[in-house]
Amino acid sequence: MKLPRTLIFGGILFATFLFAALASFFWTPENVEVLKITSRFKLPSVINWFGTDHFGRDIFSMIMVGARTSIAVAVVAVGIGIIIGVPLGLWAASRHGHWLDDLIMRGNDLVFAFPSLIIAILITAVFGPSAFNAIIAIGIFNVPVFARISRGGALSIWNLDYILSARVAGKGTFRISAEHILPNIANLLIVQGTIQFSLGILAEAALSYVGLGVQPPTPSWGRMLADSQTMISFAPHLALFPGFAIILTVLGLNLMGDGLRDILDPRIRRAQK
Amino acid sequence: MLHFAFTRLISLSLSLIAASVVIFSVIEIIPGDPASFMLGINAQPDTIAALRDQLGLNGSIISRYFNWISGMLTGDFGISYTYRVPVSELIMARVWISLPLAIYALAISTLIAFPVGLIAAANRGRPVDLTIMGTTQLGVAIPNFWFAMILVLIFAINLRWFSAGGFPGWDQGFLLSIKSLTLPAIALALPQASILARIMRSSILDTLDQDYVRTARAKGLTRSQAIWRHALKNAMIPVLTIIGMQFSFLMAGAIIIENVFFLPGLGRLIFQGITQRDLIVVESVVMLLVFAVITVTFIVDITYAAVDPRLRRKQ
Repeated sequence: MKLPRTLIFGGILFATFLFAALASFFWTPENVEVLKITSRFKLPSVINWFGTDHFGRDIFSMIMVGARTSIAVAVVAVGIGIIIGVPLGLWAASRHGHWLDDLIMRGNDLVFAFPSLIIAILITAVFGPSAFNAIIAIGIFNVPVFARISRGGALSIWNLDYILSARVAGKGTFRISAEHILPNIANLLIVQGTIQFSLGILAEAALSYVGLGVQPPTPSWGRMLADSQTMISFAPHLALFPGFAIILTVLGLNLMGDGLRDILDPRIRRAQK
Repeated sequence: MLHFAFTRLISLSLSLIAASVVIFSVIEIIPGDPASFMLGINAQPDTIAALRDQLGLNGSIISRYFNWISGMLTGDFGISYTYRVPVSELIMARVWISLPLAIYALAISTLIAFPVGLIAAANRGRPVDLTIMGTTQLGVAIPNFWFAMILVLIFAINLRWFSAGGFPGWDQGFLLSIKSLTLPAIALALPQASILARIMRSSILDTLDQDYVRTARAKGLTRSQAIWRHALKNAMIPVLTIIGMQFSFLMAGAIIIENVFFLPGLGRLIFQGITQRDLIVVESVVMLLVFAVITVTFIVDITYAAVDPRLRRKQ
């Protein structure tokens, strides 16, 4: 089978950052914890590919280390959303009209009603800012997203005739949800999953940007952007490179998601044959 | 429909009650008591006692909760500890920046996304569609606060068309105020518009695969006619959900964007409340934002039922 171009291109983009993140554990061009005030605000050059920041730190090295933070936070946060949200949504759909459905969906509305940043703010106000609290904040917010998407998708499928046949054939609610509903909403979940993954990267950057995420001296893309803000008029490269890193990682993930959907959705695959 | 609206109204109230309990408890579980948390470690015992008295902390948890709720219902959000003015005054002064900003951004986002998504769906696979999809891919990937910084760099610092931040106040003229909200609103709206356009497109394409659309095509309708008469209404269901979701994204996004542009809105108020440990302000503003988002969800639910009769018959 021929792989979709979006999957290949997105995969390469994301793999680049994943590789940078993993490599940063062993090697970076320069140590990001060493300050060299004498060589600050250097423009991109052969020695410092992306230039240096206001402390003379190598921006390329910082982006490598920052990739770790972003990817780790997003992976865990999306995992929390899928593991809790999808079963909840499927269960709610199988009990449509029942008070349980209503209870689950209202519970979801409740979590939904707290935008992730506000959860983070509440958590930070109580427990103090950290990467762990950022993960929890983003993860909690993913739960209702996946619950809603899977419930919405499942509801329309529950009305179809072949589900009725499966019921007549004696399959229980759980088996129907797992064998018939889940595969049919998988493409919805993958599309939503990539959106949430990219949103996770964006949310981590946003939280670090306002100082509620990963704490210095650990480099993070959001933190780098926050530091660059007051210097953007005379050193725009400080803001450009972390921004590009975020955009390319998110873009790569989204393209991968699109490509995966093309492969996974049997309707699209049939149409291509 | 009336019955549907009524049951939704009941669950709206239950959600609000639950939300208030959650917010109240989060503030309650702060280690130690809120008064010493707010005053810091060097506070004198008599200062703490005075603040405890002012906060009504000497009553039981239940009575404190009901005092807070009944206060809010009558518009009394308490007195800000740091500003020494009623919290309701602080909120009233700032809500007229945050709310217009969110609505402005939602309007820009929807106005861009609808036609763009529709055009892409109608031209599936053609260069127009591919260009739109490529552009929206990029739009989804751009962090709004980074985009805001770039907008400031281009339109405020270099071109000098807009100010880099601040808000003149509505009494300085409508156009001037709208102008100062324009860069923030664009920064907030573009990533959301990209998401919405993509959902719009895929939702229309999904409905185009349905049998009834094929039947309509077989009866001689063109692709555009089939989209316009049959697919669009059915495709609106997921699109409406996303618009409902976007409101909370916009409210949260506004908190950050307000900080980029130094807009004195609710977002900045929350951050000031956090740094100054003014929990009375934090508690009230968070509750207000949650109230706004739950109410919007309620409206989306009702609209859902109006668009899709199947959903209300199920009840």
